[in-house]
Amino acid sequence: MTHSSWSLGAAMAVLEPLRAEPGPVLMALQAIQREFGFVPDEAVALIATTFNVSRADVHGVLTFYHDLRTTPALENEIKICVAEACQAVGSRVLEKALKATYKEEVCDAFCFGNCALGPAVMVNGKLIGRATLAKVAEEIK
Amino acid sequence: MSAIKVYIPGDSAAVSVGADDVALEISRLARASNLEIEIIRNGTRGALWLEPLVEVQVGADRIGYGPVQVADIAGLFQTQFLTGGAHPLSIGKVSELPWLAGQDRITFKRVGIVDPLSISDYQALGGWVGLQRALTMSGEQIVAEVTESGLRGRGGAGFPAGIKWKTVLETQDETKYICCNADEGDSGTYADRILIEGDPFTLIEGMAIAAIAVGAQQGFVYIRSEYPAAVAKLSAAILLAREFGVLGKSVLGSTYAFDIKIRVGGGSYVCGEETAMLESIEGKRGVVRSKPPLPAIAGLFGKPTVINNVLTLASVPAVLADGATSYKSRGVGRSLGTQIFQLAGNVKQGGIVETGFGISLGELITSYGGGSLSGKPIKAVQIGGPLGAYFAPKNFDLAMDYESLLTAGGMLGHGGIVIFDTSVDLAVQAKFAMEFCAIESCGKCTPCRLGSTRGAETIQKIIDGEEFEPNKRLLLDLCEVMTDGSLCAMGGLTPMPVMSAMINFPEDFENRAEVMK
Repeated sequence: MTHSSWSLGAAMAVLEPLRAEPGPVLMALQAIQREFGFVPDEAVALIATTFNVSRADVHGVLTFYHDLRTTPALENEIKICVAEACQAVGSRVLEKALKATYKEEVCDAFCFGNCALGPAVMVNGKLIGRATLAKVAEEIK
Repeated sequence: MSAIKVYIPGDSAAVSVGADDVALEISRLARASNLEIEIIRNGTRGALWLEPLVEVQVGADRIGYGPVQVADIAGLFQTQFLTGGAHPLSIGKVSELPWLAGQDRITFKRVGIVDPLSISDYQALGGWVGLQRALTMSGEQIVAEVTESGLRGRGGAGFPAGIKWKTVLETQDETKYICCNADEGDSGTYADRILIEGDPFTLIEGMAIAAIAVGAQQGFVYIRSEYPAAVAKLSAAILLAREFGVLGKSVLGSTYAFDIKIRVGGGSYVCGEETAMLESIEGKRGVVRSKPPLPAIAGLFGKPTVINNVLTLASVPAVLADGATSYKSRGVGRSLGTQIFQLAGNVKQGGIVETGFGISLGELITSYGGGSLSGKPIKAVQIGGPLGAYFAPKNFDLAMDYESLLTAGGMLGHGGIVIFDTSVDLAVQAKFAMEFCAIESCGKCTPCRLGSTRGAETIQKIIDGEEFEPNKRLLLDLCEVMTDGSLCAMGGLTPMPVMSAMINFPEDFENRAEVMK
């Protein structure tokens, strides 16, 4: 995943196709994050103006959803499932090991729908079943 | 000679254990030996422990090999697997695998068999038959057929689909919506994902039938962001369905117009609650709405809205194609038709088991699941996701239907069954249920927002061996307040795993101080 650095023009281009959509704020935030890797402050005001909603509304949506981030993406994004089905096959132990190795690049997630082949880890968007430290290492940049 | 057909699932689960690499290697070695093959990336058959499951078309049969790793492939070529040759990984004719042959696949009829994006495959196995029949019927007749079939909401609530549709049909409005809930957030459930990735046209057909029945012109599918492959597959299927004329200004040449948009979630569990989902589709915070008004009367953008789970809508084409009588001939009591059970967690043979309601929990876990993956004895199973109850092996004779589970203090939920071996500590699981609720609560109502945090703290005290009796009383009281006082199932059902763990596994809660000494 490569992200562009912030530019008003690029942001406006990303938002333009959403003008026709009903209820566009969440989609707009997602589109901004796809483009820039996170939602910069400037984008909040731009979304508010573009779709004629208050900045508070945009901020409210931005801070509600776990996926949305307000700081630049790290080099690797490692999400480990710590929901019940993966817990049952040792995801808590793997979680500790991953956090010891990759620190803040690791975050908890709840279910990737791979519950019969856990533990499940998603590394930079790629889902790994029956995950181990070694399998994760292969996908790290 | 025409190319040999080789099926290698493109399903996320199969890919997560190497199916893409297997496909590349098979393709490479076939080229090197000048063998002409056609690789089809089907959905998964649902026998997930066999993934990657490679199938070769030999005459009228498909011979399976699994689980195949890249290192096995040279050996497979040596034993002539492209003509069905014997190999230690061979499972023979896939359709005769007892694990699959014993199932009654109605909703999942085509999953794993067809190329998910092939309309001709879809039609060859009965696709669009239900929709074509619906087009000859009035809205009232379609709703009556669905009601008659006994089909109930597969998302967890189990509300009769036909009755919900009837309310929307009878509510007068120019604009109505069909919303498909594909926010499959429950741990241990993955059937929505597998269906969308393996047979997306079934969902499209089911939504189109619902739209014709109630007079809706626009549908939305709300898919969670954790399912990128399902989003991609359904997007592609929607484009194909438009090209083919199922979606658009005229559904299969009729006077009905219907189209579908996809909305992707933001990583919030509570958005699987139907009214929070509506808020999220509207682009807002996923905060639960008070009911009434029912979404069937004032739902998405304030308009009458049918909200059904993926599996409910995907069962509708079969109901229309084969008739209500055929569908309701399966199942027991008021739980009619088939349920798609999902075996998950510490299980040897995990996967999708579609069969009539009423099968025993023990049969699912022992006959299909084959016991635990670790080989240790099974200690607990959680049925119906993170808000479902924990049961012990002594409950294995439980019949898996809505009513029996309710009577036993549990719920069927979305049909997921998570298996734990003896290493599980139920007090820790109870605490996790409260913590999960604290993280995922939308924050609108107090019992859920605050009760979950206080609940986790109280269970921690029990785990630490502090004054068991007073803490237990406090926890029971808190559970009662959450159950009766929460706005939706998030806070209202979080006590279910907690209470069932305490009732069925008291030894994990009592005398912790003694145990720790």
